[in-house]
This record gives sequence, C-alpha cells and structure tokens, in this order.
Amino acid sequence: MNLQLLSLYEQAILVLAAMVLFTSFALLAQTRIANLIRLFAWQGILLSATTVMVAMVSKQHHLYISGLLTFVLKALMIPWMLNRLAIRLDIHRKVETTANQTVVLLGAAALVVFCYYVALPIAQLSAGITRNVIAISLAVVLLALLLIITRRKAISQVVGFMSMENGLFFAAVVSTYGMPMVVELGVAFDVLVAAILFGVFFFQIRASIDSLDVDRLNRLTEAQEVEE
Amino acid sequence: MSLAFAYVSITSALLSGLLSMVMGARPFLLKTVSFTLLGLCGVFAIAGGGVALLTGAIETDQFILGLPWVAWTLRLDPLSGFFFVIVGLVTVAVALYGPGYIREYEHGKQPLCVLGLFTGLFVAGMLLVLLADGAFAFMVAWELMSLASYFLVAYQHQHAANRRAAYLYLLMAHIGGLAILLGFGVLAGAGGDFTFAAMRARELSPAWASVAFGLALLGFGMKAGLVPLHAWLPEAHPVAPAHISALMSGVMLKMAVYGLIRFTFDLLGDIQWEWGLTVLILGSASALLGVLYALMQNDLKRLLAYSSVENIGIIFMGLGLSMIFLGTGNKVLGVLGLIAALYHSLNHALFKGLLFLGAGAVLQRSHEHDLERMGGLIHRMPFTAALFLVGCISISGLPPFNGFVSEWLTFQTALQVPALESGVLRTVIPFTAAVLALTVALAAACFVKAYGVGFLGQARTRHVRHAREVDRGMLGGQGLLAVLCVFFGVLPTITIDWLGQIPQMLLQATLPSATAQGWLWLTPISPTVASYAAPLVLLAILFAWGAGYLLLHPRRRRTPIRRGIPWECGFGPLSNRMQYTSTAFAQPIRRVFRPVWRVDEQVAETTDPAQPLRVTGIRHQLQIGDRSWPALYEPIARWVLGAARRVGRIQTGSIRTYLAYSFFTLLALLWLVT
Amino acid sequence: MAGDLTGWLLALLQTLLFIGSAPLLTGWVKVVKCRLQNRAAPSVLQPYRDLRKLFRKEVVLAANASWIFRSSPYILLGAMVLAAAVVPLIAVHLPTAVIADVIVLVGFFALGRFFLALAGMDIGTAFGGMGSSREMSISSLTEPAMLMAVFTLAMTASTTNLETVVQYILDQGLVLRPSFVFAILAVMMVAVAETGRIPIDNPATHLELTMIHEAMVLEYSGRHLALIEWAAQIKLMIYGVLVANIFFPWGIATQATAATLLVGILAIAAKLALLGIVLAISETLVAKMRLFQVPRFLSIAFLLALLSMLSHVILETGG
Repeated sequence: MNLQLLSLYEQAILVLAAMVLFTSFALLAQTRIANLIRLFAWQGILLSATTVMVAMVSKQHHLYISGLLTFVLKALMIPWMLNRLAIRLDIHRKVETTANQTVVLLGAAALVVFCYYVALPIAQLSAGITRNVIAISLAVVLLALLLIITRRKAISQVVGFMSMENGLFFAAVVSTYGMPMVVELGVAFDVLVAAILFGVFFFQIRASIDSLDVDRLNRLTEAQEVEE
Repeated sequence: MSLAFAYVSITSALLSGLLSMVMGARPFLLKTVSFTLLGLCGVFAIAGGGVALLTGAIETDQFILGLPWVAWTLRLDPLSGFFFVIVGLVTVAVALYGPGYIREYEHGKQPLCVLGLFTGLFVAGMLLVLLADGAFAFMVAWELMSLASYFLVAYQHQHAANRRAAYLYLLMAHIGGLAILLGFGVLAGAGGDFTFAAMRARELSPAWASVAFGLALLGFGMKAGLVPLHAWLPEAHPVAPAHISALMSGVMLKMAVYGLIRFTFDLLGDIQWEWGLTVLILGSASALLGVLYALMQNDLKRLLAYSSVENIGIIFMGLGLSMIFLGTGNKVLGVLGLIAALYHSLNHALFKGLLFLGAGAVLQRSHEHDLERMGGLIHRMPFTAALFLVGCISISGLPPFNGFVSEWLTFQTALQVPALESGVLRTVIPFTAAVLALTVALAAACFVKAYGVGFLGQARTRHVRHAREVDRGMLGGQGLLAVLCVFFGVLPTITIDWLGQIPQMLLQATLPSATAQGWLWLTPISPTVASYAAPLVLLAILFAWGAGYLLLHPRRRRTPIRRGIPWECGFGPLSNRMQYTSTAFAQPIRRVFRPVWRVDEQVAETTDPAQPLRVTGIRHQLQIGDRSWPALYEPIARWVLGAARRVGRIQTGSIRTYLAYSFFTLLALLWLVT
Repeated sequence: MAGDLTGWLLALLQTLLFIGSAPLLTGWVKVVKCRLQNRAAPSVLQPYRDLRKLFRKEVVLAANASWIFRSSPYILLGAMVLAAAVVPLIAVHLPTAVIADVIVLVGFFALGRFFLALAGMDIGTAFGGMGSSREMSISSLTEPAMLMAVFTLAMTASTTNLETVVQYILDQGLVLRPSFVFAILAVMMVAVAETGRIPIDNPATHLELTMIHEAMVLEYSGRHLALIEWAAQIKLMIYGVLVANIFFPWGIATQATAATLLVGILAIAAKLALLGIVLAISETLVAKMRLFQVPRFLSIAFLLALLSMLSHVILETGG
C-alpha cells in the first residue's frame, strides 16, 4: 500500500491506530495501578479521536456522536470511577509484581506478528482503505487478554477487559464505519454498568478474602473441602 | 595445477606429523622440521586454494585408496579452494608461532612427538575433508580430523577436567558424525551412489530433502557448536595447546560451515525457505547466547571459545538469510547472504586464530589463564598487547577492521526484506537483525572486558608482573594474522571480487553490483541503497588523528609530559585489588540478562561478635553455569543411562542364554528369508 | 561515485561547520536549562571558552598510563569527526555522505566508545573500570534499539544511505507515517542515553557513584580532556541533526547554490535550537533515574523501535 495515495486524514488514522497499539503495550509494561488507569484513559482518547477521524473521512455523521460517547465514557467516566475505586480500596499507589516483564513484552510483539498473519486473509477481503487496521485491533484485543492473564490484581484485570472492548470497538469503527447506533449505545452502557458492577464486586471480594489478588480466589475451593 | 598444490600441501602436513614421530628425541630438530613442513603445507594450501578460487577451475581426480565399488574421488573447486585458503592462512601463522610456543612442553610429561604427529594429521584431515568428492572419502577424512583433534584436546591428560572435556568432545563429534552419515545416506539412497556427482543428479521429494537437511544441520551444527549443541566447544577448545585451539576454533569449525554449504547449496540444490528460517533462528540464538556466555567467563580461552559460538551464529545467520532468499526466488540476495557468511568465516578464522595465539602467548609468559589474575600486560608484553588489540577490535565488529565488513554485509542482507512476499518473514528478519546488533554490541563489551582486565590496569599477580615479551616467531605468527585482519577490513571490495567464483559455481549467479564502483567502494546492491568505502574510512581516521596530533601537540615545550598518581579519593595509595575485575565488569549485564545463565550467587557476611552490626568480612561466591546442561544434556544422559540399564538386563552372564538368543535370532531370520 | 572538487570542498566545509558549531549546541542547551530553572545562565559561548582553557592547560598523565590512554582521545575525536562528515547537515548530495551509511555511523560511535572504555580501564582505578563497565552495558542495550529504528527507516526508503533517505522523504512530501512516530521517539531515547544526558547520566556531576561517562574520563586532563569533551559535544549534535534532518528534512539544500545553502544553514539552526529547547525541558522535568532502572528505560526504547518496525510492516506495506 502506498501511503502517499492516502489523504492526510487517512494517514492520521493509521498513526492513531499505531498509537492505540502502543497504549496496549504500555498497559502491559505498566505496573502501577494509577498509571494503568491513566493509560487506559489515553487509549480512550485515542479511540475517540480515531472515531472522529473516521467520521470525517467517511462522512458518517453518527460516528461523531459515537466518538463523543467514547470520549465521555472511556476517557472520562470509567477511568474516573476506577480511579475512585482504587483510592477507596487504597491500592492507588500499589506496584503490581508481574511475571518477567521483558518476556511478556517480547511475547506481545510476537503476538502482534501472529495477529498480522491471521488477519491477512480477512484484510484482503475488506475493501476499506484502512483494512490493515484490522490486524491492529485484533492485536489490541489479544494484548488485553494477555494483560488479564499476567496480572493478579482484579482491578488491572478489569482494565484489561475494558481495553479488550476498546479493541473490538476499534475494529468496528475502522472496518465497517461503526455499528448501528442502537448497538453502540447498548454496548456503551453495558460497559458502564459492567464497570459499576465490578466496583461492587471488588468490595465483595475484598470483604470475603481480604485481598484483591485473584490468585487468592483459589483458596475458596480448598476452604470448602476442609469444611466438608 | 591447483590439485597438484593441494597434494603437496597434504603430503607436507602428513610428513610433518610422521617426521615429528621419528624425531621425538631431538626437540630442536622436531620443532624446525615439523613446523617448517607445516608452514609449507599452509603455503601450498593457500596456493592451491587460491588458484581454484580465482580461476574458478574445477579439478577432479581419483585416488588410489578406496574400495573397488566406492572410489575415492577428489575435487578442488572454488568453494573448497576458499576453505583451503582459510586453512592455509591459519596454518602458516601456527607454523610461525609453534616453535616458540611448544618450548613450554619440551620438559613436560607428554612427548612432543605426539603433539607433532596429531597436528600434522589434523591439518591433513581438514584438507582432505575439503577435497573429498564422495560421501565415503568425506567421512573418512572427517573422522581423521575429529580423532586427531581428540588426541590434541586430550594432550595434557594429567588433569581430569581435560580428559572429561576430550571425552565429551569425542562423544559429540561421533553423534554429529552419525547424523552426517545418515544425511549422506538419504542422498545416496536416492542417487544410488556415494559420489557427490551422483547425489547432485538424484531426484528427491521435498520431504526427504528436508529430512536430509535436518540430519546435516544436526551433524554439522554439532561440529560447529550451534546452540544448544555447543556444550563440548567451551570445554574442549580451551584445554588444547594454544596453537591447536587457534586451529580448532579458527579453522575446524569452518569445516562444519563448509560441510553445510556443500551439503545444502551444492548437493541438495532446491533450497526451501523454511530451512533458511530454521538456520537463521538457530544462528541468532547461538550468536546472542554465545556472546552472553562469553561475557561471563573469566578464563580467557574459555571466553574465546564461547565467542566462537557467537561467531558461528553470525555465520549461520548469513547462511540462513541466504537460504531464505534463495528459497523465495531472490537469487542475487541469496548470493549476498552467502558472501556475507563466507566473508565472516574467513574473518573469524583470522581474528579468532590471532586471539587464541595471543592468549597462548600470555599463558606461556605469565602462566595465567584467568583474567582476574592478569592485568597490566600492555607494559610487559607491548607487541603481543598491540596485536591482541587488533584482534579485539576486529572481533567487536568496529570499522574499519574486517569483522565489521562481514557483519555489515549480513545487516545489508537482512535489510533487503522488502523483496519478500511474506509479511511474517518481513518482521522476523529485521528482528533477528536487531538480535545481531545486540550481539555485536555485547561482543564489544566482552572484548573491552577481556582486553581491559587482562592487558590494561595494574598487574594482579607476581607472574604477570614479571612477564616478558614472547619471541619473534610467535609475534610473527600473530602479526601475520593481524595484518590480514586489517587487509580484509580495508579492502572488502577486492575480497568480494575474489569470492565471486563460489556463488557462480553453486548458484550460477554473482553479485556484479558489489564491485561495480571500483575497488574503493563497496556497494552490495547498488550505490543508492548502501555504500561503504573502507579505505577512505581508514584514511580519514588517520587524517583526523594526525591533524589532531599535529595541531595540538605542543612543539614548543620540550619537557616530557608530567606523570602523577591517579585519583584515589584521598584514601591512600591504590592497590591492584581495587581495580574492576572481570566479574565486576560484567555485573550490570548479568543483572539485565539474568535468566539466561544458571547463576549461583552466595554472599556470606561475618560479623563482629561484640557488635553484630559491624561486618568484618564478606565472602562472595559466584558460579555461572551453562543452562544447556540441566535443560538438555543431563536429561538425555539420564535417559541413556536408564535405557542402558534396561537393555543390560538381557546380559545375564549365562552362556546358555546367549546361545538361546542366537538360536531365536536364527529362527527369526530363517522365517524372514522364506 | 566520487563527486567533483567543489563537492568535496563543500563537504569539508560542512564538516568543519558541524564540528565547529557543536559546542554552540551544548551551550544553547545549558542556557535554556538555566533559564528554565531560574538560574543565571552562562554565555552561549561558554563551552568554547572551556575548550580553549583546557587546550592550554598542561596534561598530567597517571603514572601507569599506556599508549592506549594517550591515543584514545584522538581516536574518539577522529571517529566523531568522521561520523559528522557523513551526516547531511545543510546539504545533500555531498561526496562524503556515500563513504559510510548509517550502520557504519553506528560503527563509528562504537569505535570511539570502545577506545574510551579501554582508556577508562587503563589506569586501573575503580572509577575508570566502573565507568567503562556501565558505558559498555548501556551502549550494548542502546545499539539494537538504534539500529532497529534505523532499519525501519531503511526499509521505508529501501536504503541505508542517509542522504538517500533524506532525499526520499523530501520527494514524498508530508506523509504521516506511524512507524516514524515511534522511530523518532526511540531515536530520541537512545540519543539521551548515548550522549549521557539526564535521566541516564548527568553531564554536570563529578565524583558520584552514579556517574558513567565522567567516571570513565576522570583521569583525563588538559588537551586530552578537551578532545573528549569536544567529541561528546559533536556526538550530541550528530544525534540532534539525525533527528532533525531525517524525520524533518525540509529546508536542507538539494543544490549547491549560495541561497539554498543559506536556507539550509538557517533551517538546521532553527531545528537544532528547537530540539535543544526540548532537551532542556525534558532534563528539567525528569529526575535522574537509578542506574538499575536504565535497562528498563532502554527496553522501552527498544520496544518503541520494535513497534515502529511492526507498524511499518502491518500498516504501511499492507498485505
């Protein structure tokens, strides 16, 4: 693909896609909860910027609304809620120990190559100018999954979950110019509700096992066996 | 013509060995005659190989030895000619170096004649490997080379560690030999004959070709010391006498490279890119792990041996790239990769030979092989130090020396990935190029350590403080290699022109663009893609240096430069124990790449009983092991032992049982026959 | 391949301008930094005065210094001058630019560093060894990141010759490339680490256990020290020019006329002044990091370079 043939907006979409991918990597590299949430907010901002760019290119006006919605929800509301939760749970400044960081990051890079390989046939079917972005959004989804796997704290897993949703949304926006408005609204509110529910769960988990470390959840089964 | 030179060369190598056997009682005669003949062997090897390489002539002959139905066919073509030159160059240097060096062994427990005999046989074996034009001759020569080098490794067999290293070497050389034999077997099975000519002409399905390639890679990779098959190399190379280490590391490993090139590019022919990817990945792993292990060594010769693993990795990376490009139909780029690999083979032979000879000189004069006990040798052995520095710069891949050129060519090959269709290859290859960059940078750190700790600073032991410069012959041997390092670094275009006949023969293609701009400019693809003018770089460095020196050096003052004591933070005089040691130097890197090694670090503090917080002494123990042992070798060894025990159960010791075995075998065979 | 005589003359002049103005950039960064930190700033020309002072001072060598110690500053400066000669500063199509490509440029840096590290070990003090060890460790991590970023450029323009890259980008006009966004960040991080700036090393410290470069050159004095300082200034300038002219080459002279050359000089001066401000701001905002955090910093640089390559393959070349 020759970049010169694309308009400046389309080039900007590619740059934004790359930056979204970068935020995914940064999420993986970041161990401090507060920074994790901040990075997630940045991903939301980039996502909404991409949506607006796509709206400009495709002249799909409903995408402006969806971009605005993304910005309000994913860049402001959810990070704010997560942040408040983190402060109330007093894990705001906690540093999470993770498995070997370098190995995870190199694995993540390999994952991106794998996504590229997998998405190649799909991309060739798609006629959109931004078809290469499909690989990126798939990578964002899988990197978010990797984040969930490698982390212990429930709150970082929630960030991973939200970031996964970001990847899906990204794919929808750039490959098919967004889903129908109704679906988008529904998903957006689902995510919001999920965030609230997670908050409630955090307190429940902490109340029952005195930690947010999900590895501790394993003990629940053992405890039962002992009782029996 | 070329083959005649080759015969003379091999004959003088054999004569050198046999005569030293005869003259065992007279060390002086032994040294002069045997090493003169060895030098003659080297000169004729260079002559014969050079003629074959430059003219591109292919000469074949049939040797009288051999069996009626498997003839010994010999052949000297540009590829074997090139490796002939490598053998010859290092052999000449060794012949110059040897007489002075083996003085140490004159009064040793082992007879010198054994050393002379096996050195001659070893060199002759290597030359015969290159000449062989059939699997039978090849394997005989290969075994001659392996066995002779086994005896050389085991030469100082009074130490148990040396015997163990030699045994390990023998074992792995034979497993490798078996794999090579099977590889040839696959080809011979398809071609119907054991000559290479028949193997070239055979038809082979891609699957069988892959099997043959896998066996060859296993066999030659084991000889070359590819990770994870490298375990014998750092054990065996350091324990041999230094000039033999130079031959083993510098030249014998190249025989494996030669074998793989011969097997893959010449005999197999249709190269599949998957093979190339395998070789590339194995090569990258060897390069990186080799240099990381080298960095952790305190024994100079062991460090050099691990660095050989690294350089073999770089050579294999070049070969892998070449195979990927050939497998995807980019012939010219395949030629570029092949040339990069060949060039690095030559370079590695030169600088590794030089470094091993330098390490031997240090060992002879200071009786130290541990870096942490050397130091300040540049004052005591100035010439050896200067020559060793040339080797260090070359191996670190710094312009304008020779190591840089071949690494640059490898980088250039890797950067031609836009020519490939597959996006995955397009990402994997630049990544391996980054691994190569890391390797080169770490190699520089490694050799700053080796040189800085060993030759600079202050002497750490009495022997080192009183070391003397070695004699002229030993310096001559090192000097020859050092001059060649500079030569091949500064004139790469001419060298590549000389190598041109090899791809012409193997792939029917050359690299016309590389030399199109005259001898000054090296432009592997085209002038706009990449260019490097090594002579100008050397000239400019000398010019900048000279200008700086002339402008800045105060001519008015005639007083010599004032010398003062170095800054010691006001704590009294510096002692040699305050210097950074080899372990300390490598500590930051050990910290960064920690999971790579099996590190066992223990710090024990002894405290004052009266004041528990006051530390009176610290004991620090550090052991760094090779991960390939617990991960690969020990499980295999356990499995083999277990299997042997199980098989051993049939050995009852009763003669009737054995007769019963024979009886039932006979019955089974009879049944099979009908 | 070699150009005509005017080309060589122009190349020589450009190199002289390059190494002549290198202290100015260092002075400029210092001035901006002082202003930002509410301190009284020295003159922009202060580095020149320092160099002049050092050149005049007497050299004192350590008692057991060998020839390595004495020749290293010259080799270092030679390597840096050579590196400066192949980087396009104000004009492209100069004959010196084809002597060496960008990989050789990295090789020149490595050559200078190799000798400086050896010189650090030559005296046999703990400080020298410490500096050498750290310098070599850090550089072995920066080099792959640098080359990876460079490879992305090379794959985009399918060349490793710097001036061809510059020409390619000029021909393409303004194109937003995701790979370049990451590559420029990676190169800047590498530059910070390689030139010993905050947060990796502090060029203003002396005799602290955290120092790297200064520990290595602790024993140098007089003209030797001047050469080393000058070489460090040239290195900073080279990195500045690399960032300025490769990623934003506009303004560089493509023909050798007086007017375009003047524009070239003004353009590069403006770009470097801006980069100097960016460097000063970042040095003011960021605190020096612990030595053992440095590998982390560099692994991020490597990651950025890797992402740059990935996004080049995935987004820019297509299936």
